Amino acid sequence: MNYKLNYFRCNERSVLISWPQKIDENILYDILNFKDRIKKQLFKSKVEVINSYNSILVIYENTIENFNDVKIQLNTLYEASKGEYFSSKILWEIPVCYDDAFGFDITTICNDKSISQEVLIRLHSAPQYTIFFLGFLPGFPYLGGLDSRLHMPRKSNPKQEVPKGSVAIGGRQTGIYTQNSPGGWHVIGKTPIKLFDPHQSPPCFMEPGHKLRFVPILKDEFLKTEALVKESKYSLKPRLI
Amino acid sequence: MLKVLESGFWTSIQDRGRYDYRGYGVPVSGWMDSYSAEFANIILGNKEGTALMELTMTGPSLQFDSPTSIAIVGADMQPSIHGTPVLHNKVIDIKANDILKFHAAKIGVRCYLAIKEGFKSETVLGSRSFYEGITEQARIKKGDVIPYQTATKSMSPPLAKLKFKDDYFHQSLLEVFPGPDYDMLSQELKNELRNTEFKISGLNNRMAYQFENLISNSLDNMITGPVIPGTVQLTPSGRLIALMKDCQTTGGYPRVLQLTQKAMNALSQKAAGKSVNFRLKGFNCKNNNI
Repeated sequence: MNYKLNYFRCNERSVLISWPQKIDENILYDILNFKDRIKKQLFKSKVEVINSYNSILVIYENTIENFNDVKIQLNTLYEASKGEYFSSKILWEIPVCYDDAFGFDITTICNDKSISQEVLIRLHSAPQYTIFFLGFLPGFPYLGGLDSRLHMPRKSNPKQEVPKGSVAIGGRQTGIYTQNSPGGWHVIGKTPIKLFDPHQSPPCFMEPGHKLRFVPILKDEFLKTEALVKESKYSLKPRLI
Repeated sequence: MLKVLESGFWTSIQDRGRYDYRGYGVPVSGWMDSYSAEFANIILGNKEGTALMELTMTGPSLQFDSPTSIAIVGADMQPSIHGTPVLHNKVIDIKANDILKFHAAKIGVRCYLAIKEGFKSETVLGSRSFYEGITEQARIKKGDVIPYQTATKSMSPPLAKLKFKDDYFHQSLLEVFPGPDYDMLSQELKNELRNTEFKISGLNNRMAYQFENLISNSLDNMITGPVIPGTVQLTPSGRLIALMKDCQTTGGYPRVLQLTQKAMNALSQKAAGKSVNFRLKGFNCKNNNI
């Protein structure tokens, strides 16, 4: 793919690189290829490189002296990153209990969509989601691939506190609350897995480009897993696909 | 150890913040007014980025259990040791059991207390900066004890006489760059941003500063994209939100302006009710020393 990129200087030391404004896996792979290349090539100059759906933000350690030079350098790296194909073979299978004890908005969605809870669970746990990036909260994954039959506008009044581990739907997206937080998404279940731990390095096992699937579990298994997680006796292994 | 006798309004440990964890959605954090904070460390001859204490609105009361040296820079909270006023912007030698008291800020909002070699609170993800969910606590509480290195040797005065330039405490003009989504604005909206005096709302903290004036607009929401401290977003309801050091790493509102580093320092020292103006600054002007 050949994208026309836009380089924009945001402030003294950061550059925003933009792709066409749409959510598209081909764009994500192009972004991640380029991001990897920047990280490797500019490792010594301590740059931070962050991606979202359609952009990369490059934050330099010091003030940019000559933006034009930086632009040329980055674009040379972009040209060189082409032809490679970034594809993550890593799949995370996240256990989720869709019991309405945890998924307190599940009946609202089912009623709105006129579907049974079984159908909702099937539709939500079938896809292999793509992790586009992490943001909003530490470790919160922005996932692509939600079945259009489950799209649901965000609540007009956000809830004061959505519990950590909640799996939720907001608009055309689904995600997992990695911390207790106010939130406007509809909660349909909960995972017992710890998705973010500031005392681990890296603090989060999920990376942009990885795949993720939700695996329905019953309440019993949720409680068992939760206990193991608490005692640090549970480790989630990725599957290679 | 430093014992916290009174916590003050919002007191936290801050350094330069977290490097390279934004990709995991971790805010950068770190001191809000980098000029005052870095000045405080320089006075003591501390290494760049040494952890210090950030005091907000009303400062704490603190007791030192061993000798050291400190420096106080930023908002004037009338600091005193055992009731005797102490000066800003200079090395202050501390004896065991000294009690340092701060009061409500007379000028400015944030004051920095630097200590020789820095405060030794926990380091998480490469930084001591407090942040809810990352460090054990989000702010300092009464009864906390914070480790520091005892330094019995009295400090020799710094070689060059340092002059603290406090003009930005009084400046209401904030220099801004156009944000990535600036060109979504009509000419009328651009003019409105430039010509309006924005009043700082009560909703201001380490995460963001909001303004009371509303800018009526019909801009579309964006696909979620990266934001950084200093990014100024415009919401559909017309609210202008200037993101600060504890801000999220991504956002979905149009990013209309970007504060310069200096403007962020200045805004960090302004309280609710104060007004500011934005002055657009380009990168291609001949004499810009950015």
